[in-house]
Amino acid sequence: MKFAFFPGCVSRGGAPELYLSTIAVCEKIGIELEEIEGWSCTGAGALQESNPLLGDTLNARNFALAQRMGLPIMTICSTCQGVMAQAKVKLENEEYRAEVNAILEPEGLEYTGGIEVKHMLWVMVENIGLDKIKSLATRSLEGVFLAPFYGCYIVRPSAALEYDEHPQRKIALELVIEALGANAVDNDGKTRCCGFPILTINEKNSLAMVAKHTAEAQDLGADAMVTPCPLCHLNLDGFQAKAAKQLGRQINVPILHLPQLIGAALGMDAPTLGLNKHIVSAFDVAMKMGVRI
Amino acid sequence: MQANVSVRRFNPDEEDPKSYDQEYQVEVDENFTVLDTLIKVREEIDGSLALRCSCRASICGSCAIRVNGHAVLACKTRVSEHLSEDGSFRVEPAGNQPVIKDLVVDMNPFWDKLRAVEPYMQPSMPEPEAEYLAPNDVMLHLVDVMGCIMCGACVSDCTVLEIDKNFLGPAALAKAYRFVADTRDVEDDKRLKMYNEYGGMWDCTRCGECVTVCPKGVAPMERIMALREKAIEAKIPTGSYDGAAYGYRHSLVFEDIVSHNGRLDETKLVIKTLGMFNLPKLIGLIPVAMNAAFRRKMPPLLHPAIPGVGQVRRIASRINAIKKEAAK
Ligand code: FES
Repeated sequence: MKFAFFPGCVSRGGAPELYLSTIAVCEKIGIELEEIEGWSCTGAGALQESNPLLGDTLNARNFALAQRMGLPIMTICSTCQGVMAQAKVKLENEEYRAEVNAILEPEGLEYTGGIEVKHMLWVMVENIGLDKIKSLATRSLEGVFLAPFYGCYIVRPSAALEYDEHPQRKIALELVIEALGANAVDNDGKTRCCGFPILTINEKNSLAMVAKHTAEAQDLGADAMVTPCPLCHLNLDGFQAKAAKQLGRQINVPILHLPQLIGAALGMDAPTLGLNKHIVSAFDVAMKMGVRI
Repeated sequence: MQANVSVRRFNPDEEDPKSYDQEYQVEVDENFTVLDTLIKVREEIDGSLALRCSCRASICGSCAIRVNGHAVLACKTRVSEHLSEDGSFRVEPAGNQPVIKDLVVDMNPFWDKLRAVEPYMQPSMPEPEAEYLAPNDVMLHLVDVMGCIMCGACVSDCTVLEIDKNFLGPAALAKAYRFVADTRDVEDDKRLKMYNEYGGMWDCTRCGECVTVCPKGVAPMERIMALREKAIEAKIPTGSYDGAAYGYRHSLVFEDIVSHNGRLDETKLVIKTLGMFNLPKLIGLIPVAMNAAFRRKMPPLLHPAIPGVGQVRRIASRINAIKKEAAK
């Protein structure tokens, strides 16, 4: 199984452990990743505010590059996934696609529509299959309690994300957590906003969101939260201490990236998965998962 | 078929009132709406259950409640679509609004916020005999946003209102957009300045909840994004709220960085958004940055440009030219 790999800016910037663990896990599972040479940022929703046409054109460019490789795209970021899915819907309109292609044409690029873009989370459930992952696991994560946290862009708008065609996407994180033997901790915050997009605009509100969700997970007895979104990770992990201080209580919940969780069950050690790179220490949960430190 | 409905109840007349869940078993038809079911409960099982409805045809907007955790119009929602395997579903009052009794919430804060955006046309022309006319085609794109029935479903599920009651919220801001985008209204600058304040357009997180739950396709979040685009384009002063200034810069700096480097440079984005000389804010970030550096995960200070960055730059400048041409 082979994908045109779209790592996204954050896995190549502020969350290097996501990139590391993705590469390691995919290799072990037998997913061949060929990185899209020269991929650009999707716009992350922010560019779409000030210049939607540029956002759509950059996405069309990424799609065209992947089409040239003849491969479907795999993402590892809820935000990249959602923004690309929304761009894909807009670009299904032939008139608009022609307008965008006219801008791409001098670069010798054309997007012909119909690209497949899949988050690694969905690849696990839909392409690899939970049974296969289970059979590859060398450690059972029994007794580990994990709170899923999706990230807005992989949940809404559900039509662009093809939830009707793939109903299991609604519970994909829970499915993976449970397939690995761990317990999924149901939490109200799991499909809510982590607050990252307003971090620089209204820090107080952004931190209040971090505090609300991490405190909820902690109070429900979660050993860690698991997210397929590195932006959620940046906020929930990087700003948890500040958020706890603002709320005036203790919060200490490590935030795992999806491939770190899978890698733990596949028997990988902490450095391979970048578990030493977290702001909120993942030491305890790593021990509990039986990961070699 | 049999349905078990769990209803979140609250009676203010009790001594030390607290909300609690009560379960009812009702026989429902396959075509029953949630509202049909609740009315049946009230009429046949428990006359004390308080709920609000009027048109029963998704027009009046009075029956917004939460079903299985998400806001819906009770009269537009079929029970069969929400039943779990064991034949149950959960009903709660709409969120982010004070509960008066059971499923009835106090809409006063909703109306206050709506009034705060001055939801009426402010034209400059002399009052015509009949209505202020506008050509059909300039109003067409407003059809969806004008379809708002003010049910408050978006307000119920707004992630910002959950933690900050001061936020104007999706319904009021969508209405605000409706007047900014109406060609007959001439107070755009005044309006955009007003919506730039604390609690206005910049406090939305773009989580998309409002777009998902709106029963009328108003897409409030998209209207808020359109307000931002308009404010940036018209270079409306950001006023007293520094969040608006950060919001402007965040969008523009983001665009600038991606158009030049092809990819995001987090360090540059934060510093340029907050302002190079904004020491209090930047100092506040030092502990986070140090923590990151300690774990060797500080984003690189200089991001190498991507291969093919020339392509991205040329695309950006082509689009700029297109936009300039269109502005003429
Ligand atoms: S009763 Fe009028 S909208 Fe539901």
